[in-house]
This record gives sequence, C-alpha cells and structure tokens, in this order.
Amino acid sequence: MVHQVFIYVAHRDGQAADSALELLSAARILSPDGPVTAIVTGWGEGLDRVCQEMASRCPEVWKLAHQDLAYPNAEAVRKCLVEVLPSEAVLLLAHDTLGMDLGPGLSVKLNSSFVSDVVAMTAPRDGALTLVREEYGGQVSTHVSCDISGGAVLSIRSGAFPALEDGAPGEVQDRSSEIGDLACGRRFLEIVEAEAGDVDITKEEILVSAGRGIEDEDNIEIAEELAKALGGVVSCSRPIVDAKWLEKARQVGTSGKTVKPKIYLALGISGSFQHLGGLKGNPFIVAVNKNSKAPIFQVADVGVVDDLLEFVPLLTERINSQR
Amino acid sequence: MNMEILVCVKKVPDPAENEIVVSRDGSDIERDDLVYSVNEWDNYAVEEAIQLVEEHGGSVTVVSVGDEESDEIIRRELAMGADAGNLLDDEAFHYSDGRGVAAILAHAARRGSYDLILTGAQAEDAAAQVGGMLAAMLDVPYASLVVRVRVMDGKKLKIAREIDGGNLEINEIDLPCALSIQTGINEPRYVGIRGIRKTASVQVPVLGAAQLGVDPATVGEAGAKVRKLDYFVPEMGEGAEILQGSREEMADQLIARLKGRGVIQ
Repeated sequence: MVHQVFIYVAHRDGQAADSALELLSAARILSPDGPVTAIVTGWGEGLDRVCQEMASRCPEVWKLAHQDLAYPNAEAVRKCLVEVLPSEAVLLLAHDTLGMDLGPGLSVKLNSSFVSDVVAMTAPRDGALTLVREEYGGQVSTHVSCDISGGAVLSIRSGAFPALEDGAPGEVQDRSSEIGDLACGRRFLEIVEAEAGDVDITKEEILVSAGRGIEDEDNIEIAEELAKALGGVVSCSRPIVDAKWLEKARQVGTSGKTVKPKIYLALGISGSFQHLGGLKGNPFIVAVNKNSKAPIFQVADVGVVDDLLEFVPLLTERINSQR
Repeated sequence: MNMEILVCVKKVPDPAENEIVVSRDGSDIERDDLVYSVNEWDNYAVEEAIQLVEEHGGSVTVVSVGDEESDEIIRRELAMGADAGNLLDDEAFHYSDGRGVAAILAHAARRGSYDLILTGAQAEDAAAQVGGMLAAMLDVPYASLVVRVRVMDGKKLKIAREIDGGNLEINEIDLPCALSIQTGINEPRYVGIRGIRKTASVQVPVLGAAQLGVDPATVGEAGAKVRKLDYFVPEMGEGAEILQGSREEMADQLIARLKGRGVIQ
C-alpha cells in the first residue's frame, strides 16, 4: 500500500533548517514517485517565509499557524500533528533537540512505529522498511526492520542524507483551521544563551581536544602542555564538561561550539556524531586513542593507537626539544 | 512538598571499559567479556531524583526492564540512595522494541502515584525514545534533554533543556510529568565498596507480566514492530593513516606530519 509521506520542517528566524532538504531526499527513498508533503508549524511572518521557501522545492506544503506554535514547544506541536496527520502517515523529522523531544511521544499518539537517528534506509517492501542505525557511539551499526503498515515516525540524522537539489515547486495549503486546542502542561518561557568563556575556541586554528580517555582532571594538563607547544588552545568533548573539568565554552559538538580549526588533535575522543557535528571546515585531524575501533579513526587523517597518557607527554617533550 | 519519584534505569555494556565488536555471525555484539554498568545518563537521573528528595522529601523508586542479572544495577542505585527498586523481568518481555519497553514501564508507573518520572536521555545501545513514549502512554507532560530542575509553587517545575550550541530552553511543566535527563546535570555521588556491600544481600523484587498486568502479546518479540536484523561495521572510506612503530617513532612521524602542515616550524 502507498503511505502518504510527510516531513516536519524545523525553522528559525524565518528560515528552514538545513535538515529540511535532507529530509526531502530521505522521503524520496520512501516515495520515489509519490508526493511528499512538508509540514511547517509556527506563527507570524516568519512562518510564511518558511512555507514559501519549502514550496520552491516541495510539491505540497501544509502551513499550520497558531499562536501557541510561535516557539516549537514539542508538546503543542505534537497535539497539532496528531490532529492534522492522516492515519498510516509516514513522518520524517530531524534527529535534533526538537525531534528528540517530539518524535517518541508522537509515534505513541499516532499508534505508529518509531525509529530514531536513522543514517540510511532502503525502499519499503511488503509493508516493512529496512533502516540503518548506529549503536555505542558509532562503534557498530545495525540493520533494523520497521513495520510501517500502521504508519511510522522516523527521525533522521543530520548530514546522513544529501540535501535535495532538484525538488519540483508546489503550493502552500493553509490548514490552520484544522488545529484544535493546543493548551498543554508544558510552557516555553525563554532561551538563555550559552555563556562566553575565557577563550573563543571557534576562532582558533589549532585545537588540542581532550575526551574521556584523559581519565582524570589532573591529566588535562597533558593536553594544555601540548597545546602550548603547538601554539593552540585546549578544547574538549562532552564528558569533560559533564565532569566539570573544563568550562562549557570549551566543548566541541552539537551541544557545544561549532569550530573550524585548521588542525584538530583529538586525544581520547571516541568521535560520536554529536562531537563530530561541531567540527567543520575540513580540518587536518589527528586522533590518539587506545581503542583501535574508535569511530574517530574513520574520520581522522592520522591516527595513533596508544595510551594518550603515555604518548602525548612524549610527543610534547619531543616537540619542545626540537626548538 | 513531598516528591514521589520513579527512575527508569538500564544495564548496558560500559563504553569506557569495552571495545564493542560484532559477533562472528553478525547477530549480536560479542558479549562474553563485556563489563556492564548502569547507563551513564540513567545514573545522572538517579542522582537528580535523590537530590530532589533530599531537598523536598519523598522517595525514590528505581525500576529496570532487564534480564535476571540486572538486579545488580538496582542494588547499585539502592546503595547510591534510592529507597526501593524493582526488576521488571519476564520471558514475554525479551526482545521488546522501545515501544514495548515503554509499555512495561508504564504499567510499573501506574502501580504507584508518582509526581515525577525520570529516564536517561538516551542509552548507549538504544534510541533515546523510551522517556517520550512513556510520558505519552501515561498522558503526562514531557521534556527531554533536561539539565536543570527547580521545584516551584503550585505543583510545577521550572526546567532547562539543553538545545543546540549549548543554549538553554527554559520551560515550566506541570506535575506529574516525565523528564529525560542529560548528562552533566549534576555530579553523581560516588558509591564506595562499603555502600555496595550494604545492599549486596538485598533481594530485588521481580515483577513479571502477570503482576504488572501487561498483555504478553503487546510486548517482547510478539509485539515488536521494530526489530534488529543484524550488527555490522560500516565501511567509511579510507580512514586514518595509522602510524606504526615504537612510541618514539610514532611521535616523530606525527611531528613530521604536523611540520608538513606548517604547525611546527
């Protein structure tokens, strides 16, 4: 049977997120000839701009305007989507902080299947879809079969599918009259911007980045010494900030800073997609990790499989002695 | 106000202690020598629950859908300061998908009268889905990726969610509710060997499908709409040039590469 395929478009400041065109190309796998509908929720002038932007690439755009959707509060968005989506719909959304908030509960309310953080998929056969996910921070992948006979909600990893470049233009349909009461037990209050740190790692050309493999707060010094020898600064991955060994402003990743250095030394960093998501501009990546299976070695240019606590001090000493 | 809190935890292979390798036939990962621990996110959730109860009164109950050996992680959370724990285990639960796990937890949650239900935001071997599903099944408000919880007057919380770029999204949420907890929200207390010993002999009650009132057809392999077919290691292009030789030789090779990039003059 043919399922109607939808994408949910995240947007900010009147612009669709980069994920929208990636969702459109993923949707094409599900529906090579059939129509794909983009759903945009929001309020005001920005919403109209996003709808027009999507209509230039997508055959059908549903505009859902409501004051309670001015900020994408996942609880209100969910209520709205449950009302407007037809039964057995297949909905794609981005595996971002909104998608993680929205997707699982939405699938329950739609009584449809849910698969998160999809990195690849093949066209459905006999009411089932085969998808690829990663586990253990990308150390292994799995093929997953998903029964979509009753519809599905699928969250898609950023960057896993190419942005659709040749989408045909379409029409915006205002479906706002279908929205009912959106009052819910959670109310958005405000955004608090991340605090600036004493260094701005987004402007540095050489970053020496410490991860879980540094093992102890005292060992941060090992990274600092190397950074000093190379004329760079120390950044880190999430576990180091969680442990309060370095400030949040030093964190590279989707939940931290997006950096674009020329050289990136990853010390004891496994290389989760959340971390790599903050690393842009195609830097020269050096990875030091004692786990030869760490995903960071897949993306690094040069790898050293060794205990960083032994290797890095030796490296620093040899750099300093050559001056 | 007293806070009755339910925390859902899971036993997972500890990524800091293991190299995860696909088994020979690709049906699973190699589990023979794996070191298991409490899922890292869940441990932050338990700590948050304990701190809330320390401040406001109430109690912390820990539950886990797991195999018969998952009682060890429940005992660990009891040693940390949780007041009670249940293992949710039944042959009918095995090979549940995320929806099935959430359904089992929902039945466990309905046995009590909880103000707050916490899960980890995600697990090493799973899909960041159970918390949101559980909340929807229980019809309580939900927020994910929570990094701050404050109890307010009038049966509500003020919470911060971590969103892109390390920015915080501040929300007000009515109780009862469910939250998924992000790492870094607190500093989970250390559980020493003495604490572990104290709870070592505690019998963790096991609840099965019958006690929980779960229809076996809706969970486990029978109810799963999402199934893992196999495990594999993806081909990802060339990968890094792995340096060879002694530690000194590797260091000198790396220095040569960095010189080639103009990093070292």
